Amino acid sequence: MLSLDRVSIGSKGFISSIIGDDAIAQRLMEMGVIEGEPFELVATAPMGDPLEIKVQGYRLSIRKTEAARVVVRVS
Amino acid sequence: MNENNSQSKTYRIALLGNPNTGKTTLFNVLTGLNHRVGNYPGVTVEIKKGSFVHKSTVIEILDIPGTYSLAPRSPDELLSVELVLGLNPMEKMPDALLVLADASNLERNLYLATQAFETGLPVILALSMVDLATAAGMEIDFGALSKKLGIPVVAIHASKHKGLEELKDAIILSQSEKRLPNSPLFSELIESCRGKILGLLGNKGSRFLAGRLLFETDGFLAQQLEQKLSLSLSASILENRQVLKSSGINLVSIEAKCRYAWIHELVQPCIRKPGNKTVGFTDKVDRILTHKVYGMLFFFLIMFLMFTALFILAKPLMEWIGAGKDFLGESFESFLPDGMLRSLLVEGLLEGVGGVVVFLPQIIILFGFLSILEDCGYMARAAFLMDRVMAKCGLSGKSFIPLLSSVACAVPGVLATRVIEDKRDRLATILVAPLMSCSARLPVYVLFIGAFLTDGYPIWFPGMMLFLMYCVGFITAPIAATLFKSTILKGKGAPFLMELPVYKMPSLRVVFARIYEASLSFLKRAGTLIAATMVIIWAVLYFPCVSPTGENYPALIAQTENKAEQDALLLQWKKNSFLGRAGHLIEPIVKPLGWDWRIGVATLASFPAREVVVGTLSIVFGLGKDSKDEEQLQEILPKVHWNDDPDQPLLFNIPAALSIMVFFALCCQCGSTLMVIRQETGSWYWPAFTFLYMTGLAYLAALLTFQLGMLFL
Repeated sequence: MLSLDRVSIGSKGFISSIIGDDAIAQRLMEMGVIEGEPFELVATAPMGDPLEIKVQGYRLSIRKTEAARVVVRVS
Repeated sequence: MNENNSQSKTYRIALLGNPNTGKTTLFNVLTGLNHRVGNYPGVTVEIKKGSFVHKSTVIEILDIPGTYSLAPRSPDELLSVELVLGLNPMEKMPDALLVLADASNLERNLYLATQAFETGLPVILALSMVDLATAAGMEIDFGALSKKLGIPVVAIHASKHKGLEELKDAIILSQSEKRLPNSPLFSELIESCRGKILGLLGNKGSRFLAGRLLFETDGFLAQQLEQKLSLSLSASILENRQVLKSSGINLVSIEAKCRYAWIHELVQPCIRKPGNKTVGFTDKVDRILTHKVYGMLFFFLIMFLMFTALFILAKPLMEWIGAGKDFLGESFESFLPDGMLRSLLVEGLLEGVGGVVVFLPQIIILFGFLSILEDCGYMARAAFLMDRVMAKCGLSGKSFIPLLSSVACAVPGVLATRVIEDKRDRLATILVAPLMSCSARLPVYVLFIGAFLTDGYPIWFPGMMLFLMYCVGFITAPIAATLFKSTILKGKGAPFLMELPVYKMPSLRVVFARIYEASLSFLKRAGTLIAATMVIIWAVLYFPCVSPTGENYPALIAQTENKAEQDALLLQWKKNSFLGRAGHLIEPIVKPLGWDWRIGVATLASFPAREVVVGTLSIVFGLGKDSKDEEQLQEILPKVHWNDDPDQPLLFNIPAALSIMVFFALCCQCGSTLMVIRQETGSWYWPAFTFLYMTGLAYLAALLTFQLGMLFL
């Protein structure tokens, strides 16, 4: 299982699932991070955290701790 | 449930939208200056209400705070949901909802809209940033979108006043047409479960609310509703959830999945997007501005510019305000007879009002910078770059700029925390912002370093001492933030998910509106309290103005020609005043810090505003009140003996000087900051807490400094 915090910059692919069923998971999904959606890892901040991803056509900053809960497939 | 109250002529709409859609601008443009801030108990958000007249109908708008979803997880978010659904006893249910969506980012913006579609109220959809969508190569068919949704869709550009007439017409039309939007249908099983819960809700219910209760697994909303509407819901909710779970439905993800699936299907035929190959303007800019090296360089350049502007541009403006105040004071003095009234006007009221207005240049400059950075989209990048560092003390990247601004002055710094959405993060930032060494502490450092730590030391030494004094704040603030976030402000933090908006030209209208709003709310709310505090301080330094032998000090001073005698009388008067007596009383408390009663008085007098300390020290060391010459004070201080008795040791030694500086570095001697904290947190608890923890911390640190200093220096 590959999680979003471990893919390299410039990777594109699809979101497979979100781990967990708490408010954080729900919040991620409201923001459009849901299974089946395409994503792109655009950049990381200077110390490697947070990440900048493109999803649903917009840019989202997400910390590594939350990104670790997003399972992805890189194409 | 969507019957309009036909007797009332006012048509009530609630304005909803994601953050960064230009909702505030639309609200301001529609209502002009005709709005007020609603007060709702128990919440910290500001909810504005305004109105305008169109085609002889009064339309009242409730500005719901920007949100990505109507899923309440805190009292603040719950209030928004209550207002939209008409569940709040203080507001009637809106007659219609106006949803503002960012056209360049339509899918995610429509998520909130689909929730509004289920409320059973007529909805008008306004689209902003259509120009950005076009610039990015998107083509949106508004007609098709409107047809598919079954409601009016209006493209607007609020700051250019485009599309506003059409929007107002659409609002008026919704009053008679009452067109309800199409909304996403979930699977048959889910809809039947939702129907069962809807049945229990009675006349306050809607498909949206029933769905919320079904999908909201943390139970916050159900708990609140059961209390407020005295309904018993939990049994039915649990039962229906069980039905769904047993047929393999994941309750956590089902809502988002269904809504986004519906949105994609809806939007696809209405939007033509450019191919994925093209690299947009924002991508190109972001490659530089979020770059590990160039991005950080640019960030520090911007921060440096902002900071220099705060110091350099604000300084002459503040001096003009000071000069204007002095001029007014002199004119009052020239035509008012000497006496208490004149003193109250000049030294109390005028100082008080001046003490408020003097903050305006800094507020205006800082908010000018911040709103330009925010409106062009850079603010989110700044937070992105600084997030890792700030996360170490439990905060997010959004806390960096407010804390940095506090190095100039904590008043605009605390106001700048409004960009922090997470309530606990915002509060922690507000609590530690006054620890940053502000510009008003600088004179204290300069005075004492100049008097005790310059002569006989290497040339670099005073500069390093000054730097170390600033470090006291830079080091203490993150430690305090970490402590607060892991104790009193502990809690399940919301994830730090932040949209990085598309870059665009900042709108002057938006920038001016923000500056105006920040300045006005400061003047109106904190300003009055600050002025009042200054008058009280004047009073405790003025009264009693009669000496123990029955002589009237102001009269005595007026009769005396000799400057030295006047200064001596003034010193006696202040020594005898309520504040002076308090200084004597606290001498046993400040003695372990290496201070005598005079420093005690000067410190006490500085609690409302630390900038007065040099002036007060001049009075208590007998230089008279008009001596603004720091050099004179610097010369005198090293020669002062305890109780002015030449047989006693010198009052100041290096540990005592250090202990005073450390005390001023950490103590909350700024009534204005406390009043702004009161304004921003909506409670007296937090300013009281800030005052107590900082004063306690300052005392302990000064005690430690002096006692250790006496041992080792």
